[in-house]
Amino acid sequence: MEIKNAVAGTLESGDIMVQIAPGEGLQVDLQSSVAAQFGRQIKAVITETLTGLGIDNAYVKATDKGALDCTIRARVTAAAVRATGKDVWKD
Amino acid sequence: MMFVPGNNPGMMADAHIYGPDSIMLDLEDSVTMAEKDAARLLVHNALKSIDFGGTEMVVRINPLNTPYGKKDVEAVVKAGVDVIRMPKTETADEVRELEAEIVKVETELGCVGRTLIMAAIESALGVVNAYEIATASKRMMGIALGAEDYSANLKTQRTPGGAELLLARESIVVAARAAGIACFDTVYSNLDDMETFRKEVELIKTLGFDGKSIINPRQIEVVNEVFAPSQKDIDKALRIIAAIKEAQAKGSGVIAVNGKMVDRPVVIRAERTVALAIASGILDKEEAL
Repeated sequence: MEIKNAVAGTLESGDIMVQIAPGEGLQVDLQSSVAAQFGRQIKAVITETLTGLGIDNAYVKATDKGALDCTIRARVTAAAVRATGKDVWKD
Repeated sequence: MMFVPGNNPGMMADAHIYGPDSIMLDLEDSVTMAEKDAARLLVHNALKSIDFGGTEMVVRINPLNTPYGKKDVEAVVKAGVDVIRMPKTETADEVRELEAEIVKVETELGCVGRTLIMAAIESALGVVNAYEIATASKRMMGIALGAEDYSANLKTQRTPGGAELLLARESIVVAARAAGIACFDTVYSNLDDMETFRKEVELIKTLGFDGKSIINPRQIEVVNEVFAPSQKDIDKALRIIAAIKEAQAKGSGVIAVNGKMVDRPVVIRAERTVALAIASGILDKEEAL
């Protein structure tokens, strides 16, 4: 699947900013104040969400501000939709 | 009903902590066009995952005649929203069009009939058609006034006394009561003027509204204080209901409390007082039975 550079989310508390760019395999670069405690979980949610959308090759930079899993899924999906141009909803 | 911007995950996650009766996640006016797609996904995932503690969940979608409306319906129905709030409703046909979109998604999910509709009335035409709108679908649970767009449509502006809204407010209450559904008043957005806010809540309670839309948790306490019945009213209502039960047990058709005959409107008012007292947490449900 062709990937363009795209971003979704904000740097406000409770949110996560997700930047997607073309890459080989799935590579996630995470910045989070809770990386020591939840870094593995956050990365797992990001990669599972991308795999679920059929994206196996992308570079992801995520800046987390204490987002819940549902927010991470939403922001990764939004960035992926913008990067691929393929929406998850029907027209 | 507390409005929460649909593109703010922090506010969404915390909203239920303040104890509003319902939370309205907004995909319309509080979200820029560039962020409509992201907000829709955020609201969808939040509805599916966050425990809102049993709070009624409402989502204000974008109008169906925009590129966003139908996708909003799909996203929130799939997430199991309780109520869809339709903005800028002007005709009964618009409600039926929304219902058809909801049915499409619910049929796919196998849950036809689950999602309720609330229509926001925000124009002169909407007010004129209020009863037709209120009765356009069995899914209609309420109608609400949106005062900013309405006053702009009237070519006037909002004032502290709300004279410009009086006809719309009364029309909406009358239409809702005739249709047997709920009615909700518009927001008051000046958070620094709680005195005028309280006066407005007192006014709309007197007019017959079921509740008030709010934009900040600070406004919840005032609405609850104004709408909660007094202990004197609760005691009187409980005496009336006890007298009804006693009369029914005796097979008597005439009910009297403190020497005064109690007729049907008094009974209905007493039942509503007790229901409000239970909803406000002042009266225990067991105590009322």
